[in-house]
Amino acid sequence: METASNFLNIKDVSTAFKINGQFYDAISHIDLQVQHDEILAIVGESGCGKSTLATTIMGLHDPSETKISGEIDFEGTNLLQLDDADYNQFRGAKIGMIFQDPLSALNPLKRIEDQISEVMDYHTKLTKEEKHDRVLQLLDEVGIVNPKRTARQFPHELSGGMRQRVIIAIAIACKPDLIIADEPTTALDVTIQAQILDVLRAIQKENHAGIILITHDLGVVAETADRVAVMYAGQIVEQGTAEQIFNTPEHPYTRSLLRSMPQRDNENDDLYVIDGNVPSLQKMPSTGDRFAPRIPWVPAEAHEANPTMHEVAPGHEVRCTCYKHFKFPDEKGSVTA
Amino acid sequence: MSLVEIKDLKVHYPIRTGFWNRITDSVRAVDGITFNIEAGETYGLVGESGSGKSTTGKSVVGLEKVTSGSILYKGVDITKKANRTKLDYNQDVQMIFQDSLSSLNPRKRIEDIIAEPLRNFEHLSKDEEKLRVLQLLDIVGLDADALYKYPHQFSGGQRQRIGVARAVATNPKLIIADEPVSALDLSVQAQVLNFMKKIQREFGISYLFISHDLGVVRHMCNNIAIMNRGRLVEIGTRDDIYNNPLHIYTKRLLAAIPETNVNQRMAHRASRLAVEKIYQEQQSKYYDENGEAFPLVQVSPTHSVALPETIAKQLASQEGEVQA
Repeated sequence: METASNFLNIKDVSTAFKINGQFYDAISHIDLQVQHDEILAIVGESGCGKSTLATTIMGLHDPSETKISGEIDFEGTNLLQLDDADYNQFRGAKIGMIFQDPLSALNPLKRIEDQISEVMDYHTKLTKEEKHDRVLQLLDEVGIVNPKRTARQFPHELSGGMRQRVIIAIAIACKPDLIIADEPTTALDVTIQAQILDVLRAIQKENHAGIILITHDLGVVAETADRVAVMYAGQIVEQGTAEQIFNTPEHPYTRSLLRSMPQRDNENDDLYVIDGNVPSLQKMPSTGDRFAPRIPWVPAEAHEANPTMHEVAPGHEVRCTCYKHFKFPDEKGSVTA
Repeated sequence: MSLVEIKDLKVHYPIRTGFWNRITDSVRAVDGITFNIEAGETYGLVGESGSGKSTTGKSVVGLEKVTSGSILYKGVDITKKANRTKLDYNQDVQMIFQDSLSSLNPRKRIEDIIAEPLRNFEHLSKDEEKLRVLQLLDIVGLDADALYKYPHQFSGGQRQRIGVARAVATNPKLIIADEPVSALDLSVQAQVLNFMKKIQREFGISYLFISHDLGVVRHMCNNIAIMNRGRLVEIGTRDDIYNNPLHIYTKRLLAAIPETNVNQRMAHRASRLAVEKIYQEQQSKYYDENGEAFPLVQVSPTHSVALPETIAKQLASQEGEVQA
């Protein structure tokens, strides 16, 4: 899928962390593209590498403790080749990031206005008055009712939803092309969550930005995402449009996740539980299908020795061949090992 | 008679100001709520953060001082401490907390954590105690080698299951579960919810299930109360709440749940925005002049809603016609 509109091209990126002197892959061989005007959701459970991917794109890792290979092509620049000073030209300006916990992402000693204009101090040459106007405009854009009052307030005076809006305002202050939102609504109530997602969508339409939305909430994904990448144990196991992933999920992991959700039609039944746990970094197998231990009834020969991505429909890719005949144990015609 | 009857429960926190630190006002965290929990059922208490649902849960276990009102357990008011001792209430009612890491003592081994309620209430010999702990670990699906480990050596889901094991150690009649799965991943959440249901089937435990996640509540609860600003706005069975919500606040909460049906997402969004618009425009109709919910009015044997009587009847009959 090499088209001109792919402004972010992640090619074969692996990030390894140093544990007791040895390097272990937290994400391995990630290939992803992001286009303008799209929301790409990255889903998976905790420990599968979603946030590591985000921080790798942002270049937030300590080089002495991590080993990153591959290429992240952002509008023609390979981000991984940059030194820190050059990276800062991108961070905050062309790439904005929204963090999960809005309270710890804000400085408790600074007024909201100063925190938002700080980004502009670094990346723009606006005058004081222009910055002030821009702050009020941004707060208005993210749906804060009284921007003038909020600009003078401190983070602790705001509610969780308001704080998250401020974080979004900081992230979009310099009109970035790429916004990375790491679990932006996890700490919020459902009604506030809906409002925040609306704000994100509205901003994206206006700026033609691409958004990487990292979440474990499949409901949020189904409501907002254009494309979805499902991650398991540091790899992308399935990728496609939201319709493809939710209507015709192929990979056993995607299907298991969807099945373990409480839904209208399984009110009184037990929920589906995936056997076992996500392997820790040290115990990650180097070959074979990483999801295989959690579907033990699937015979070994159904898996590939070195699982690769297979295209099942235009734009819809699945890792490993085991999806072809995969059935849950209670489904008809399931095979057991 | 219900297992627990909560009558006009109020929990107010005083606000002290001025030089003499006099009480000038109060925060009405829970402001007059009434509901009953039947034996063996799961009662859902739903609301946004700050609605007072956790305060309600804490006052039922006795962790929170009640301002007024009563909590009847087997017909006896347990807001008085003497009655709690007499009834073995502290043994019969246990709690599962949201944050499994901070609710387990990091310096104690799992054996001691699970045995603590046993040591408080049952006088077992060392061997009997160990046997009970092993049984409890088995119920929640953990191995015997967990006995000598510390809480940090477990994953979030395992820790939450240790919390469940500790809660069921004294064979309680009622467990208050305050957001038991909101910190867990989807597949782990499924595991813990299945455990809670299994234990309920085996031991006939009642749950007061406090949550903000309406999807999980639908899966777990027979009866549901919706809480808003310290008051109940709607009470009903699962069907009443999900298929026939009457209060605008309930409708708004339901509309905000993300749907997993991608094909309907535009329609779902449109209906959510429509409900939100009604909520903004007609707030005065659903709340009194102080912005508080009205007293509950019964519209069917199982279903009550906090609206003025005339409006409630009118709404109920409209919905009835639509369904008929």
